[in-house]
Amino acid sequence: MNWGSAGEFLAMGGYGLYVWGSFGVCALALAMEPILVRKRRSDILRSLRRERMAEEMETQ
Amino acid sequence: MSNGLINWFRYASPQSFYPLAGKMIPWFWALAALFTGVGLWISFFVAPTDAVQGEGYRIIFIHVPASWMSMFIYCVMAGWAAIGLALNTRLSGMMATALAPTGALMAFLSLWTGALWGKPMWGTWWVWDARLTSELILFFLYIGFIALQAAIDDPRRADKAGAILALVGVVNIPIIYFSVKWWNTLHQGASVSLNKSPSMAQTMLWGMLVMALAFWMYAIAIALMRARAIMLEREAHTEWVRSLPEVTGGSAR
Repeated sequence: MNWGSAGEFLAMGGYGLYVWGSFGVCALALAMEPILVRKRRSDILRSLRRERMAEEMETQ
Repeated sequence: MSNGLINWFRYASPQSFYPLAGKMIPWFWALAALFTGVGLWISFFVAPTDAVQGEGYRIIFIHVPASWMSMFIYCVMAGWAAIGLALNTRLSGMMATALAPTGALMAFLSLWTGALWGKPMWGTWWVWDARLTSELILFFLYIGFIALQAAIDDPRRADKAGAILALVGVVNIPIIYFSVKWWNTLHQGASVSLNKSPSMAQTMLWGMLVMALAFWMYAIAIALMRARAIMLEREAHTEWVRSLPEVTGGSAR
């Protein structure tokens, strides 16, 4: 174990800003990307469903 | 032998690749989560403090995987581009397009974590040296690929133009990789190489490799997800898309 306390862990031996700046931005980016791709998918699915409904109304 | 070939071509059509990718995605997410958990645990709780760089070196556990992925994804993208130019298959263009944003993100993360590592260790966020500059060019190649494809309305023509750009840009990959050997640079040499034993502690090496696996699984999962969305967008007016359960109102997934 490298750390005596949570404070020590956060301080990263004085490199806290750099270490957490790296891991934080990385985590944020890798969390955002799936959200954006999910939105892209639900957008296209919504428009496909809407088109299909419109066609069904036309044929009725 | 011939059966193997037929199967490959079967999955080369978006129609049969779409459900296959859908089945594979959750598995890659699960593996990504597993490797991330183990990798972060090794990164922060197992790997010892570095004798020279103290705790600051821990940036390596994301910097190296992100840099590797930025180069590797580019090679895969260029590979799909080459297949697309040679065989004119629909899937290859979709895969190349799906990989580009993730590759750009990895290149960005490589530069970002590199800057945050460079500041405390070298005393500067950025230097115009060979390794850093060629990685920046890689980032611009991804952005150029995305912008070029976005500027062309016909997806098939966009694929072709993008493919040529991707293939020309491949020359940059060995430049990045060997830059630390070919030029004098602030950047340290390769952490891991095939022909000599790694220049770091075993646990540090393991942490880095597990994190690299995590990035790998993440990249596959997200690229497959994006490829599926692209398939729906491009093939919106085909019968197979219109009869998918998620379109006809079956399940929402």
